[in-house]
Amino acid sequence: MKNPIISIRDLSVEFNNIKVLDNINLDIYQEDFIGIAGPNGAGKSTLIKTLLNLNNYTGEIKLWDMPLNKFKNWNYIGYLPQSLNQYSHQFPATVEEIVSLGLISSLTWPRILDTKSIKKVNDILNELEINNLAKTSIHDLSGGQRQRVWLAKALVSQPKVLILDEPTNALDPEIRKVFYQQITTLYKKGVAIILITHDTSDIGNYAKKLLLLDNKVIFWGEFGDICNSKEMSNYFGEEAKHIICHQHE
Amino acid sequence: MSNLINILQYQFIERAIIAGLFLGVVCAVMGVFLVLRKMSLIGDGLAHISFGAIAIGLVFGFYPLVIALPLVIIASLLIYALTRNHIIEGDAIIGILASLGLAIGVILSSIATGFNVDIFSYLFGNILAITQQELNFVIIGSIIIITILILFYQEFMAISFNPEQAKISGIPVTILDILFSIITAITVIMSVKLAGALLVSALIILSASSSLQVAKSFQNTILFTILFALISIIIGIAISLIINIPTGATIVTVNAAIFFFILLIKLLKSNQ
Repeated sequence: MKNPIISIRDLSVEFNNIKVLDNINLDIYQEDFIGIAGPNGAGKSTLIKTLLNLNNYTGEIKLWDMPLNKFKNWNYIGYLPQSLNQYSHQFPATVEEIVSLGLISSLTWPRILDTKSIKKVNDILNELEINNLAKTSIHDLSGGQRQRVWLAKALVSQPKVLILDEPTNALDPEIRKVFYQQITTLYKKGVAIILITHDTSDIGNYAKKLLLLDNKVIFWGEFGDICNSKEMSNYFGEEAKHIICHQHE
Repeated sequence: MSNLINILQYQFIERAIIAGLFLGVVCAVMGVFLVLRKMSLIGDGLAHISFGAIAIGLVFGFYPLVIALPLVIIASLLIYALTRNHIIEGDAIIGILASLGLAIGVILSSIATGFNVDIFSYLFGNILAITQQELNFVIIGSIIIITILILFYQEFMAISFNPEQAKISGIPVTILDILFSIITAITVIMSVKLAGALLVSALIILSASSSLQVAKSFQNTILFTILFALISIIIGIAISLIINIPTGATIVTVNAAIFFFILLIKLLKSNQ
């Protein structure tokens, strides 16, 4: 059995004495495409931010067998947060400048972009078919184009795992479909995917495993095992099979 | 015109121009990062604190910048530490320390005699009175700050864009924030003699704000802000010498005129 790329043991996170995550245990492997679902305040984004070393926690987290506080290979992880649009509100930058920020984790100090780095930026822009936007200001882009730029930024360092936090909020259905096709292609190329979304049908369509959180793990496992479980019906009601598992009688 | 050329041959004018150009570039570039990080007011706060610190130096007979530099750096780090840990909002602690600095300056200048002319040159600025020693401090300080900004260009850009993402990229955000607080304090201290404690923040904010109105890329934002700052410094010094008005205030007025001109053009364009 291969070693997990992310290993979580007895993980708990508290904010102001309120337990947001309680005793989480998970192993995530390179070949996983995981959908994380749960109600608002269930701890989905907190779990991701804790994995990214942004929160205090108790328990043990290992990334590629390395304790989180000693982990240095941040270029292994591509992260697309839900709040990037709000941060970019006033920021003056072209598409290629934003995408090149994604390379920082793989550069050594002094982090100066050399020709190899510039080629990587051009390659990812070509791959996502936004090379014609390289010199365009991020403020002159449509919602769908901007989402591709954030994705290019997350992918430019050629990560082994891509974490997406509510990536398709505010995207229309057509662009959303194209976005998930790109994610599926990445998964087929060997990139592990962790997807947080409120839209449980997206998870059912694309993910291979489901993590259902409500401050603690409600479900964790393969879809096949979960869809017929009693807990699933208790949590989502009898419609669960149709909505999440796409099983129609 | 020949009068202006004659004036330019004076050594104190040469010193003022050299100091102005160095400070213009440093304030403008620092301003881009401070404005983008919504820390514009810190320049104003630290300048007021520097006024109190300079007064302490003058009262106790020390060279004022020797006292002001460490005190303003400590204040800058204190503002960073308190706001980072959410103990108090940034604008509140800046307001508190700025008021305290100004109050100390006013009290000391009222109880001590003999240095009121000096202290008011720091309050309102008088770049024409800059000494060779102060010019050396400005040149060395500016070179150090510009070198730091070049070496950590990608890191400071990433932190300005999104500090959380920067941290995930493995950037030591806290260490660089501390470094940034220190060079912000040095920038303010160097600029007090040029623009005065009351106008330093204008030097930091105006060129950057003008540049942010026109530039489409981060690189161009930096280039435009330097350009606007240099234009303001050169025209400001020239006008102030020709019609004999305070230099720092003239530079700030020219800088503000550029900003409002750009804003007007932008508004007219958006209404077309």
